[in-house]
Amino acid sequence: MKIRTLRAGLAATSAIALATLAACSGGADPGGEQSQGNGSPNSNPVSVLIGSSGTAETDAVKEAVAAWSRQSGVPAEVKVASDLTQQATQGFTGGKPDDLLYVSTDALAGWVANGSLEAYGDSLPNKADFYPKLVEAFTVDGKFYCAPKDFSTLALVINNELWKEAGLTDNDVPTTWAELEAVAKKLTKGKVKGLVVSHEVQRLGVFMAQAGGGLVTDGKATANSPQNVEGLAFVKKMLNDGVAALNSDVGAGWGGEALGKNLAGMVIEGNWITGAKKDYKDLDYTVAALPAGAQQGTLQYTNCWGIATDADNKEGAKSLVEFLTTTQQQLAFSKAFGVMPSVQSASEAFKQDNPGMEPFIDGAAYAQNLPAQEGVAAVLAELNSKLAKLGSSDPKTILDGTQTDLQAAIGA
Amino acid sequence: MVVILGLFLFVPVIMAAWVSVSDWNGRGSPFSSNVHFVGGTHYAEMLGGRGLAARDFGTAIRNNLYYVLFVVPLQTAISLGLAFMVNKRALRGKGFFRTAFYFPSVTSTVAITVLWLFLFSASGAVNAVLSWLSIQGPNWFADPRGVFHLLMGGGDAPAALSQPGLFGISTWEWIAGPSIAMAAFIMMAIFTTSGTFMLLFLAALQSIGEDTDEAAMVDGASVWQRFWYVTVPLLRPTLFTVITLGLIGTWQVFDQIYTGSQGGPSKTTLTPAFLSYQSAFESQRWGRGAAIAFILFAIIVIMTLLQRLILGDADPTKPSRRQLRADRRAHAAAAEVVTPAPVRADETIDRGGGRHG
Repeated sequence: MKIRTLRAGLAATSAIALATLAACSGGADPGGEQSQGNGSPNSNPVSVLIGSSGTAETDAVKEAVAAWSRQSGVPAEVKVASDLTQQATQGFTGGKPDDLLYVSTDALAGWVANGSLEAYGDSLPNKADFYPKLVEAFTVDGKFYCAPKDFSTLALVINNELWKEAGLTDNDVPTTWAELEAVAKKLTKGKVKGLVVSHEVQRLGVFMAQAGGGLVTDGKATANSPQNVEGLAFVKKMLNDGVAALNSDVGAGWGGEALGKNLAGMVIEGNWITGAKKDYKDLDYTVAALPAGAQQGTLQYTNCWGIATDADNKEGAKSLVEFLTTTQQQLAFSKAFGVMPSVQSASEAFKQDNPGMEPFIDGAAYAQNLPAQEGVAAVLAELNSKLAKLGSSDPKTILDGTQTDLQAAIGA
Repeated sequence: MVVILGLFLFVPVIMAAWVSVSDWNGRGSPFSSNVHFVGGTHYAEMLGGRGLAARDFGTAIRNNLYYVLFVVPLQTAISLGLAFMVNKRALRGKGFFRTAFYFPSVTSTVAITVLWLFLFSASGAVNAVLSWLSIQGPNWFADPRGVFHLLMGGGDAPAALSQPGLFGISTWEWIAGPSIAMAAFIMMAIFTTSGTFMLLFLAALQSIGEDTDEAAMVDGASVWQRFWYVTVPLLRPTLFTVITLGLIGTWQVFDQIYTGSQGGPSKTTLTPAFLSYQSAFESQRWGRGAAIAFILFAIIVIMTLLQRLILGDADPTKPSRRQLRADRRAHAAAAEVVTPAPVRADETIDRGGGRHG
């Protein structure tokens, strides 16, 4: 008797649960288009999910979104995520995502593959104004998915105090690998290392780019190319000669800390280096283009404004993106929290507003994107775990391993 | 009750099991028609493969295995020791010590992790203390070097051990021991959980009562003999509980890793639980994430069963099932002869006494 009740109860529960699940997920069925999703204009509120670097960014985005709301009459709300990828994923999985959100190049491939993101970039009126390399970063299978929000490139940042102490002048700013090695040697003294850099491929990758390499070339894995090996071998030599060190070797969390604590004569960082001035008031630095190997090379990082396939108001979200990527609004963001505008029309004004930061924006001309295909993030993480021991490893062996993993991930 | 259990336990478990053998990619319902059955692909990728997935999984297992091997015995021993200390009648300020030892357990792991990050930073308090002893402390949370490797002199891998082995990880990597970063997490786990288990041991110690100890004393048993031959056997049920809870807790370690290191440096603090989260939420490989969770579940069950086997019958004071059945049969037979009521009362007292004694 008891057992029968239990069974009946279980069956009822399962039935209820399944029905509930089916009901919840009805709208999220990737096959089913929603009526609002077809692009017909509506006035559903637009919700925006951002991962903020601080109050300056949050306030600036909120202000801009409010301005658009007043202009368009569509209500909009900005939410700040503490863990953007996780919160956005939850939205996509549950079928109730935010309409507009920050999307990193790392997360793009996965969300494109499962159909979470709308490819709207090609229909933007200002598409041609974005830097071509940024458009490339957000293009998957020939479709331009989302508008680049802003971007960063890497450059060489010099500690002026240590530079002068070592008897170096403005004429000594290195433009070649040989010169870089020479000034690093001069700067190295006691606790100070000439060049301090993070072990991650997100930084050391610049040397591979400068040697003429890259992890993926024309869609094919080329991790163990002679150029890449040459780039890493150069870094290894500097590490073993004691004129360069990794962040973790000097106990610094990032380049700005190494610079601010006078542990590094030079570091390789992006335009976020301005943040170091908040922690180290006396810090005085000069930004220079990264020295060239066989060619000039740097890496760039960017996020885009992604629109969810299941958004309640796609047209509204797209109109908001157009508003947020105008030259004028991009410059306002740049002033508020120091990012570089993703549109070329804002580059001159950015340079005028930010003297000394020119090398960062000039880097856009020759910057590379790190590969971001599905599954590649894990490959890069594996590479990073090996690069931490670069000083005592063989660059070719490391890159051979990466090549195998990369081939498995991208299938070429 | 059944509805609640069904909705919050059975259905999610069934869903997760389905996801682990499907190609669901994180969007829409896992039960929709676009999701296909892919069999044991996700399991095979990790358990049988040599690729990145297998290596990541192997690394996570290795890291967590060392974590468990260090944390469980140490926290059990330390919490037992603490319980003994604060159980002494002679100890002054007993209440204070009990509270102090228990305090880390009521603080959130996230807060303690942040505290730990400060204490163990390159120029943190721990390294400052070490420097008084003329020891140059490592940069704890950024140091991927294995402790056993360091004890062996920190050289490079001998050729014989550097070939890829189980899960595509070389024997040399398997015997690396916990990294210095993981060692800091191990110390943290011991620090936070010892207090909780101290409380369990304390409760057990108090239920033993002083008479037992006194009786042993009269028999001429030394302090050590009383501890080892009287107290510890009586504590066995608690010991079983503590070790079981310890095993489960340590195999599931997640929050420290998520807030503290995200698996770094060099993946040496990657654990299966964190890898499962990462695969699902960051790489959108939901099948793999769910598969890891199920393998982890299997590991925990196997470990607990093994432990039960080693510790023998969990509770020596509790009659075994067979004995209970025999008792019941005897009582039933007696009940047929005599009037039932007194026998039942007798039975209750009998078993109740057995359980609490």
